[in-house]
Amino acid sequence: MLTSKARSPSRPNSSRLLRSVGRFGVLAALILLIVFGAFRYTGFLSEYNFSTFLRYNSMFGLISLGMCFVIITGGIDLSVGSVVALASVVAALLSPYGALVALLGAVAAGAGIGAINGLIITRLNIQPFITTLATLLGARGLALLLARNQGGVGIDPNNAVFVWLGQGDLLRLPVPGVMMLLAFIIGGVALSHSTFGRHALAIGGGEDASKLMGLNVNRVKLGVYVLSGALAGLAGLILAAQLGAGQPTEGLGWELSAIASVVVGGTLLTGGTGSVWSSLVGAMLLGLIFNILNFENGKGVISLSPYWQSVIRGGFLLLVVVLQSRLARQSSE
Amino acid sequence: MNSEAPDRSLKTAPVQRGEGWQGLRLDLWQSRASILILLGLLVFNALFTPHFLSVQTLNVNLTQVATIIIVAMGMTLVIATGGVDLSVGSLMAISGVLAPLIFLNTAFGKAPALGVALALVVPVLVAAAFGCLNGLFVTRLRLQPIVATLVLYIAGRGIAQVITNGQLVSFTRPDFAYIGLGRPFGVPFQVLIMLVVVAVTYWTVKRTVFGRYVLAVGGNETAARLSGVPVARVKLLVYSVSGLLAGLAGLIVIAINSSSDANQVGQGMELDAIAAVAVGGTLLSGGRAQVLGTLFGALIIQLIRFTLLAKGVPDAAALVVKAAIIVAAVALQQRRRRE
Repeated sequence: MLTSKARSPSRPNSSRLLRSVGRFGVLAALILLIVFGAFRYTGFLSEYNFSTFLRYNSMFGLISLGMCFVIITGGIDLSVGSVVALASVVAALLSPYGALVALLGAVAAGAGIGAINGLIITRLNIQPFITTLATLLGARGLALLLARNQGGVGIDPNNAVFVWLGQGDLLRLPVPGVMMLLAFIIGGVALSHSTFGRHALAIGGGEDASKLMGLNVNRVKLGVYVLSGALAGLAGLILAAQLGAGQPTEGLGWELSAIASVVVGGTLLTGGTGSVWSSLVGAMLLGLIFNILNFENGKGVISLSPYWQSVIRGGFLLLVVVLQSRLARQSSE
Repeated sequence: MNSEAPDRSLKTAPVQRGEGWQGLRLDLWQSRASILILLGLLVFNALFTPHFLSVQTLNVNLTQVATIIIVAMGMTLVIATGGVDLSVGSLMAISGVLAPLIFLNTAFGKAPALGVALALVVPVLVAAAFGCLNGLFVTRLRLQPIVATLVLYIAGRGIAQVITNGQLVSFTRPDFAYIGLGRPFGVPFQVLIMLVVVAVTYWTVKRTVFGRYVLAVGGNETAARLSGVPVARVKLLVYSVSGLLAGLAGLIVIAINSSSDANQVGQGMELDAIAAVAVGGTLLSGGRAQVLGTLFGALIIQLIRFTLLAKGVPDAAALVVKAAIIVAAVALQQRRRRE
């Protein structure tokens, strides 16, 4: 009820201000952490750290972007982690036929699973949570089957372009980072300036009303799940190219990281609102915590095992969502 | 096609009092689709799988599914209130690493029995406390259940890993391992625990005020609050129970393995439990709790996996089939409800 109030069209200006403060708050936290890191650790702002950070976290950025669109329509996509694994195996298997084939294959595999999600949700009317839970299992099974239960599927070492997609640089920026930024620019424009984006927001705001308004709800829903799957497919390609092998067992729990990024970015799980850019900031913030922890360990003052990272991430997630729900409540009052 | 009685029970489910055996019969009737599928699987295996009708096969299947059913009982209650608990697997890991820490502690060198007793109680209570924390996130901080339990899903396994520094702890303690390996009267001990948990959950939903409250909260929270149901306390309690049962399942898992691995214990359990609940016919939107349905749902998923493995289908393909079964079962149930 709180959220429906917050979403009501006659929202006073002050609440809009508060919301933008909330949204800006995440960005401010990111900047603060970067400034903190820059002063505290040598090499934090180095090109090497920047490039490694972006190379790894671009995958989380990509799946968070898809998740953001899905959540905006009021749905959820639990299958992305498995889709990343499946697409990485597909990409590795197709790598002897050229980088473009591998790229298209990985994205198509992801989009295919996304289409299955969308069709089950819209045609069979099964809740997104259950549907994508099932495809989470199914896509993982497919990935293991295609990899013949091997730990990894090696990519063709002669395919230099493929390796470049994961490990190369473009204008001194890591290629996966460039792909992620491009995806976010397109996604950002699509959300706020295309009919697809506006319809997605409308459906999340009120599905029945959107239907009565004559929106093709099913097609938009199908679209967001295909988009989420395709982006997870792209992330899978990057994973295979970075590690030199398709990884049928990778991506466990990535869907929850993506959801956390979107939530940290201030998008409500009830749908109807959301920002692509805050999801990017959320994903980068969660990644940066791990990065800073690594540097802190490198200083040798304290020594935290890598296992602390999930404890800290969980605590951080709690902190952010609590602050946000406070803000949302204030703005709705 | 249906007789009148089950129809009426469907409409008035939240207020109808299950009257002893008649109530049980009605519940079994409502789960008839699951029961038929289960029977079909049993007949198929009896005919085509060699050595299927043996006590050993039965025990193998039941021991494998017991922990899922135990956790799924708590999940049924949480889902009946309209929530979901993603943290159960991580809570299993926490309970699983705490127990060896207690009974391997040198402080209990002279009184090993006390150590084992504490190891059986304390981790379960700690898991229940974490479950209570989930409940507080949902009620006090008013977080959505998915987000609220996502926090401990992420942090909980981290806590377990930090406690053991990610190391595997193996042990030989037959007295403790009894809860996973004991066979009183030839029945695996954890299967007995599972049966008790199912019976108590069923009784709670059917015959207690708390059970009525759970369904009322899930059916219409505002209406429940207005009619005097202590909504926050009910929610707090279901998440605590879910945590408690997860803790219990964690102990059983480490007892079976005679080792505790913070990285592995309970991995993916939240999905198995939710799948069992969904296949069992409990709506994820809340307001209903098909306790027996969840039991049959878990058994169906387990038996399909066993059948595929027995037929030489690789585990990976079994995952794909499991996915299809979940979708098909939920779709079937929704169609029936709409009719």
